[in-house]
Amino acid sequence: MSTATARRPRGRRPATWETWVIGAGMVLLVLYCLAPFYWMFVSSLKGPAEITVNNLWPDDPTLVNYTGVFGGSNDFGYAVRNSLVIAVSTTVLAMVIAVFSGYALARLRFRGRNLVLALVLACSMFPGVAIVTPLYQLFSDWGWIDEYQAMVLPNISFALPLAIFVLTTFFREMPWELEEAARVDGCGPVGAFARVILPLAAPGVATTSLLVFFAAWNEYLISSVVSITLASNPVTVAIAKFAGDTEFQQPFGSQMAAGVVVTLPLVVLVLLFQRRIVKGLSAGSFR
Amino acid sequence: MTAPDTASAPPPGARTPRPRRRAGGERATERRLAALLLAPMLAALGLVVAYPVASAVYRSFFDDPIGGEPAFIGLRNYADALFGYGSEGFWAALGNTAVFTVVTVVVETLLGLVMALVMHRAFRGRGIVRASVLLPWALPTAVSAVIWGWMLQPDGIVNALIGAEVVWGGSEWPAKWSIIFAEVWKTAPFVALLILAGLQTIPPHLYEAAAIDGASAWRRFTSITLPLAKPAIVVAVLFRTLDALRMYDLPQILTGGANNTETLSMLVVRAATSELKQGYGGALSTITFLFVFLCAFLLIRTIGANVFAGIREEGTR
Repeated sequence: MSTATARRPRGRRPATWETWVIGAGMVLLVLYCLAPFYWMFVSSLKGPAEITVNNLWPDDPTLVNYTGVFGGSNDFGYAVRNSLVIAVSTTVLAMVIAVFSGYALARLRFRGRNLVLALVLACSMFPGVAIVTPLYQLFSDWGWIDEYQAMVLPNISFALPLAIFVLTTFFREMPWELEEAARVDGCGPVGAFARVILPLAAPGVATTSLLVFFAAWNEYLISSVVSITLASNPVTVAIAKFAGDTEFQQPFGSQMAAGVVVTLPLVVLVLLFQRRIVKGLSAGSFR
Repeated sequence: MTAPDTASAPPPGARTPRPRRRAGGERATERRLAALLLAPMLAALGLVVAYPVASAVYRSFFDDPIGGEPAFIGLRNYADALFGYGSEGFWAALGNTAVFTVVTVVVETLLGLVMALVMHRAFRGRGIVRASVLLPWALPTAVSAVIWGWMLQPDGIVNALIGAEVVWGGSEWPAKWSIIFAEVWKTAPFVALLILAGLQTIPPHLYEAAAIDGASAWRRFTSITLPLAKPAIVVAVLFRTLDALRMYDLPQILTGGANNTETLSMLVVRAATSELKQGYGGALSTITFLFVFLCAFLLIRTIGANVFAGIREEGTR
């Protein structure tokens, strides 16, 4: 770029070679990201006769895979329900706990504050496998195998470090004078926080909830150990089991249809909240 | 580990005008409130992280009898894993984990940097690109593994596109590459987002000044873009390395560990759940998390030190 074009306002650039390179790069980037999604969707519409033909659009699109997923031995509807219950309860509980902790870490002065932060960070580094066996033992003793709480509780703990860091970052930037003003006006500490600060922090809390929800929806390792039957399998475990059932002829069509069902809510959330998610991700990384 | 930079960050109350000297009673209430607010978090992390880890470490010093009480055997489980009957599987898994981590992190970082540069210079369609880049990140790894398993079938779309007959699940290196492809596909866009956030903090007037001084595009890239984006790149590398060292979902579903693709995490879960060797599994998991911590420590010491020092300086300003 010459010095003249560098100062030209955006949007009125002439079509230089650079414009073309960037444009081509963007097209490639979108293709790279979306191609597997497209292939999953197209494959899910192909019947048994067409599934092994690599055509880009089925000659005879059919919903037979979708009816197969929700009927028969798969009963994917259960898995969707399980995942919804697990992910929503994880999000609600983790956010309540994280708001408490984030407030304390951002706002209160006490000894050991940095120690707590370091502990939380250390927890976020732990490999999940380091805890899976003892947890399995513990949950068996408590009769929690195949129960939702056996997945919700670990999910909460996995989500807490990130949630606390993102929330602490958000809380630090709050105009706390307003809280003090509210307290001068006669609000109690809880009232001041709930009426003044929480509404202002709502965007941050919403962003963090989204990240927690995604993490819980995607969890596989712990669930694959503590959830045995279809009654409690979340979608990730159920979809992987599809693969294991029939070793020699995998029901790829049904798997792709199940994949579409799992992905659809995520696509909607990403389209609605993309700006927030990106903000939350970068806030979490520059703690 | 980031304790240094949090320690030197301004105390949370510093920005707001508060009375400096306060009554001792108020301090005590503040402490009590903090303890109360932190209690649920500490309880959750204690039950699900601290207790299981402690229990696994404790159990790793005992043997795995078929029946009866486990007996204390000191470090024998560790010796078995590192040098004894389990050593072959252990070193293979460690090697695989290392290969997957190094290859995927290097490729993801380079690819992510290119993607971030493209997105940074984009003038139209930013929204579409941002949404597309988020989708692989949002997709559950389990589903991504299933999609790639399908695309990498012998008569699947990947072979059709490259015009070859690779049996991806049939031998060691094709199986390893399929895991690497699937992992890079899903996480390079995430790396790109982190690096993009770093690029966006670079003030544009630096480029204008450099351009006026006649610096070439390459020179501007190496003298402005790279050094100023370095903190973001380092954070991305750190995140990705820690994640890759724990890789489980993808190889477990894609290959099940066949053809020498077993990672450390898979080895631990196999020993602990299907072989029911709690003591031995405990030793393996202890070795795994010590290994992950060691890697994190070394990474921060080597590439992270000056970045975190830089953040600290900014924090005290």
